[in-house]
Amino acid sequence: MALLAGQTGAHVLAGGTDLLVKLRSEMIEPEMIVDIKRIDGMRAIVPEAGGWRIGAGVSGAEMGEHAGLCADWPGVVEAAGLIGSTQVQGRATIAGNLCNALPAADSVPAMVAANAVVRIIGPKGARELPAIDVPQGPGKTVLEPGEFVASVFLPPRAARSADCYLRFIPRSEMDIAVVGCGLWLALDDADRVTEARVALGAVGPKVMLVAEAAGAIIGRSLDDAALADLAAACSRAATPMDDKRGTVDFRRHVSGVLARRAAEIAAGRAKGETA
Amino acid sequence: MSQIHVTSRINGDATEFLCDADETLMDVLRDRLGLTGTKEGCGTGDCGACTVAVDGRLVCSCLMLGAEAEGRNVATIEGMATGDQLHPLQQKFIEMAALQCGICTPGILVAAKSLLERNPDPSEEEVRYWLAGNLCRCTGYDKIIRAVMETAADMRRAS
Repeated sequence: MALLAGQTGAHVLAGGTDLLVKLRSEMIEPEMIVDIKRIDGMRAIVPEAGGWRIGAGVSGAEMGEHAGLCADWPGVVEAAGLIGSTQVQGRATIAGNLCNALPAADSVPAMVAANAVVRIIGPKGARELPAIDVPQGPGKTVLEPGEFVASVFLPPRAARSADCYLRFIPRSEMDIAVVGCGLWLALDDADRVTEARVALGAVGPKVMLVAEAAGAIIGRSLDDAALADLAAACSRAATPMDDKRGTVDFRRHVSGVLARRAAEIAAGRAKGETA
Repeated sequence: MSQIHVTSRINGDATEFLCDADETLMDVLRDRLGLTGTKEGCGTGDCGACTVAVDGRLVCSCLMLGAEAEGRNVATIEGMATGDQLHPLQQKFIEMAALQCGICTPGILVAAKSLLERNPDPSEEEVRYWLAGNLCRCTGYDKIIRAVMETAADMRRAS
């Protein structure tokens, strides 16, 4: 901590899969690199208050091998498992994915849908912040100089609830999301949605939580009409741009399609169906 | 800035080296330790040519600092054969001509070995996903995938 506070131009190294690319391309020229992985707790996934605290040095591969985490938050785990290749997943972390603050980051909509809260440590002590508030725009975060994200907390999974993350890419692997959708929902005994959180990635400068989309399904069974309203709300909320990976119209449409599919998968998981 | 003294185990051998703070493990392996079997492709973690295993987990050595190897076990392509005895994957790649120019081959062999250690009976789909981060611009992948599948079958029969 003293190292980060005392040195301007110090960069935090967790998985390194973004930092080393920036180093190589000379986007950054740090005075100092602080590897946080050997600090106690940084590489641990520990149960806390019914949920899970994931250290900032935990790789996506380690998350995928953790049975308890996979059972409670399959959407967050599957999102982390989509980042890069097997090799990248051996190093890349969700804390790093969040702090890199790119709009298409796969794990971020999943964390937002899961209502994740991060613990930030800095020269003035520790603070807690919802994951959605960390990215402020492409490459920009809310972190003050000397601060870093030390862990990500995923809350207890409510009864009959589950999450899911889906993304669209034109290839089958090794690509950047054209649209990503993280979705969490809870069902009552009659399979009506009681609560939901729907997050979209890659369709705006930062991740967005779409309250209208959640509102479209809360209190309803997930029939075709409810799913169509969910999809329409996501398509309306998306504010994508045209680029080589997708047009505005295509991204709006896909936002709805992914939300609809994610809702069906999450509902199946909430009912205890294996998926 | 002065160099960092690092002690690690590379292919089972206790190894010490000095490196710069911003020097990648790939550059340490190739330029300081003479282990040039680890190839540089993209240098940005996209192509997998520099794949090594660190404490049993695959990483792109271009995305890891040499200093991070302190106290770690690093396995490179040079440690794959046992003396003159090639690893079954290496032997099969030769028999089936699962390579052309060869620059991606060390990374693919290291990655495939790691897969078979975790899953001795992978499906074709599992092999393709596992190796998705190892790009090959020559072969079209078909022979690579078949060589890994056949090696897995041979190793299952032998065990």
